[in-house]
Amino acid sequence: MDFTPTTLLPLALMGYALGCAAGLLFIRHEKLANLCAFGFATLGALCGTVACVMSLAAGVTPAAPLQLQLLPTLIPYLQFTISLDPLSAFFGLIVSLLSFALSLYSLGYAGGFYGRKSVGLLGAFFNLMLLATTLVVMADNAFFFLMVWEIMALSAYCLVSFEHEKPETRNAGVLYFVMSHIGTGCIMLGFLLLFQASGSYGFDGFHALSAKPEWLSSGSRNAAFLLFLAGFGIKAGIVPLHIWLPAAHPVAPSNVSAFLSGVIIKTGIYGLTRVFFYFLGTPPMWWGVTVLAIGTISAVLGVLYALMQHDLKRLLAYHSIENIGIILMGFGASLMFLHTDHLLLATLALIAGLYHTINHAVFKGLLFLGAGAVLHATHTRDMEQMGGLVKRMPQTAFFFLVGAVAISALPPLNGFVSEWLTYQSLLQGFGTTDSLLRLMFPIGGALLALTGALAAACFVKAFGITFLAQPRSEAAAQAHEAPVTMLLGQGVLVAACVFLGLFPTVFLQVLDPLTQQLTGLQISQQLTLANGLVLSGVNPAGGTVSTLGIAMLGMVLLFIPFALWLVFGLKTKTRIGPTWDCGLKGLTPRMEYTATGFSKPIRMIFKALFRPRREVQREYDFSPYFTTSIRFEAHVEEVFETRIYRPLQRLVLRLSRRMRALQAGSLQAYLIYIFITLLLLLLYVVYKYKS
Amino acid sequence: MWFTNTNLNLPAIVAQTVLLLVLAPLVTGCIRNWKARLQNRRGPRLWQPYFDLIKFLRKDMVISEHASWVFSAAPYVVFISALMVGLMVPMVTTQAPLSLFGGVLAAVGLLALGRFFMALGGLDPASAFGGMGSSREMTIAAIAEPALMLAIFTVAITVGSTDFSHMVAAEQQSGWDMLNPTHLMAFAALFIVLLAETGRVPIDNPATHLELTMIHEAMLLEYSGRYLALMEWGASIKQLVLMAILVNVFLPLGLASDGSVVALGLGLVLFLGKILLLSAAVVLVETVNAKLRLFRVPDLLSAAFVLAAMALLSTFLFH
Repeated sequence: MDFTPTTLLPLALMGYALGCAAGLLFIRHEKLANLCAFGFATLGALCGTVACVMSLAAGVTPAAPLQLQLLPTLIPYLQFTISLDPLSAFFGLIVSLLSFALSLYSLGYAGGFYGRKSVGLLGAFFNLMLLATTLVVMADNAFFFLMVWEIMALSAYCLVSFEHEKPETRNAGVLYFVMSHIGTGCIMLGFLLLFQASGSYGFDGFHALSAKPEWLSSGSRNAAFLLFLAGFGIKAGIVPLHIWLPAAHPVAPSNVSAFLSGVIIKTGIYGLTRVFFYFLGTPPMWWGVTVLAIGTISAVLGVLYALMQHDLKRLLAYHSIENIGIILMGFGASLMFLHTDHLLLATLALIAGLYHTINHAVFKGLLFLGAGAVLHATHTRDMEQMGGLVKRMPQTAFFFLVGAVAISALPPLNGFVSEWLTYQSLLQGFGTTDSLLRLMFPIGGALLALTGALAAACFVKAFGITFLAQPRSEAAAQAHEAPVTMLLGQGVLVAACVFLGLFPTVFLQVLDPLTQQLTGLQISQQLTLANGLVLSGVNPAGGTVSTLGIAMLGMVLLFIPFALWLVFGLKTKTRIGPTWDCGLKGLTPRMEYTATGFSKPIRMIFKALFRPRREVQREYDFSPYFTTSIRFEAHVEEVFETRIYRPLQRLVLRLSRRMRALQAGSLQAYLIYIFITLLLLLLYVVYKYKS
Repeated sequence: MWFTNTNLNLPAIVAQTVLLLVLAPLVTGCIRNWKARLQNRRGPRLWQPYFDLIKFLRKDMVISEHASWVFSAAPYVVFISALMVGLMVPMVTTQAPLSLFGGVLAAVGLLALGRFFMALGGLDPASAFGGMGSSREMTIAAIAEPALMLAIFTVAITVGSTDFSHMVAAEQQSGWDMLNPTHLMAFAALFIVLLAETGRVPIDNPATHLELTMIHEAMLLEYSGRYLALMEWGASIKQLVLMAILVNVFLPLGLASDGSVVALGLGLVLFLGKILLLSAAVVLVETVNAKLRLFRVPDLLSAAFVLAAMALLSTFLFH
């Protein structure tokens, strides 16, 4: 058998289907279920990864993408076909690569559920989710897309609610369910608008619209833009539609959290890319402005709220909002450049967004896996209970540190590369227009800098409090390193981080067919200098960077401290001693800096946003200096929840209470309603066709 | 080989590395000495920092029992990242030896990398002081960063490049135009950021070891011997590099554009002069100001941000 995308892709889908079936079949034999379900998923994902890489490397032309019919169908409009055009292949690569690492990891991680929960069920839903997500990015007509989109959302809901004994989990699950369906509703309406104009549900038909702007009135186009922005935006977790994300992502099992944050929110990004750059044609200016503004706000607010968390997984979930914001900054800039017809810059900004998409998938997946390993070892997500894990779980700590450096956009890893591209496109964009709107670019850049610096602060806290210093609890002191499959899963993603960081010019060639499809340009050659060592903006004079060069130079410069040691320090010795304790009898973990304490200065500086509230209750017998017991509580207000969603929720409840009067339970009354509705509709039709 | 056509100028790289290593402690020494003079003290000798570094390098190290490899890695990352930034900034010549490897964005990123590890090194020995220093350092850096970036972007946008060498070359051509309000405001904003980034008086006091006020020193509290030398030297180099950015981007007088001995000599002398002038300004600010309360620092830094934003707006008026 020869290995081509045509043969490998069905194998991948089959792997997930088999994994799903095996999970259900062996539901009573948890070890077997674990091995089969996640084993098949690993193999399937490997096939999928190879298929997507091959088809991207071969430079699939958008004119003749690989197409497969999965099931025969008799229903017009509904075709069960997938097509692997470059855009699908790119997102397919993200899905499959993450699925591979996560399935490998799950082989070890699911062991933690033995005897507690049904591992077979976990495996079955996990595979179903992988299958549906793969199909979401490859479906090529709207009906099929919506079907798999729903299957993905539902299987994800089942996985979020996997540990449904906890009320927190149930609430988060319901919130996710509701928000997700509001999103699906918006997307459906959007597709209906496109169908009205194009007369087909196929993505090809929608694409034809972009060349024929007269088919779609500008009102419908703007409506479609807003509907898709809201619909896919909910999935992606943009502010202010993000509230489900920090609730749902942390409570799921960690392998699922990694998939939710790494991949599922990227399906929102996929949808936005597909619609904005492939269906809707040349955008008006305000689209780009809106997307750039939403991106900037999401980035800054996401990271600010992340800083306030001391639940490790919730912290990571808020960072997903931040990174979605950064991706959208690239997209927004790209839309603005498309409007002003600066195709080269539009392509650069689009590449920045897409590069950050895969980067975020990789390092966020990695960080969630690290958090999962910590959870597996300490059975808590509360950072205040951790500490000292770097000595107890050295590999996990190292992997987490790599992820932390990458997500903080520090050179030479991958987060830096995509943010560098974003900065470049923002700065070069200043000259594309004369209107005051161009001020958005440098100010967006400055806010991106703020985001980056706050992210670094947040990950100093996340890594420092979790892994360094003394263990703050018995559980942390007793922690053990994760099993080897879990480490392997993280290792795959670490390798991806390093590759994407050090070899951007190699990876950019993979994006060529993709930008060819979306903007009609291939610019990887233009971004490459010095045989691939140096990455440049669209114009080498505008700035260059070489992460590989920086990494190698760093190695070379290590010679200086080494030489200093040879000259001065050969005779020196190193002693291990206690940390300076101001003359006390040794430091205890309770004297360490806490996660809450670490972020206090930022909480104080941005107190207008956070509205921090704290309650201290002391009990004492004689004097307040000798407290017998103390209770401390601190809260940060989530503005969007208290200011937007609570009032909205109250409004909906009040309206539904009114509506209840209509639903008296009498059949006759319902028949009357139906009759009246029919009458009104008939009148409308008659009226419409007369005029 | 793939790097044959990258045109790396090896002698220039070595020369600038040596310049950075040698000059950085001297600037620190000058600032300390002059500050003492202004306070009517005799102060340490100008070259005292060199003796300090050698002394630290010769000393044994005591490492905290709670610390891990991250603690030991931090000094190397801090030292090397500062040196690398130094190689991307033009000092004596218009062309920085490693401008191809990165410009403004890489420089800011590398400094952040050093800070990231320094903060981790502060947290690692399980001392509350270190944690406090790390927390404050990261907070101040976070609010200084937008002002820093916006001020540099203002220059980058007018020049059309994020590469220091291109910026300097373009500024050199503009002649007296470098004194326009845009530049002056951006310079003022960057000067405030310089004080914050190098831990100087209104923001942090480099001379204090008083528990509750120190920021930078709190993170170094557990370091000794060779590691302390690398940390201190790294901090000096970072200070020199930030000063070089300030003086050379905004006042690119006399930078050598060719490799002739006369040009290089003139460039070196002028560079020294400019750096010492800026150091004098820092000393003056340090002497006449008291340290701000921690929660007053954001006000100062937002003033820097507003200055940078005004610089950006004024590009509409003056270009």
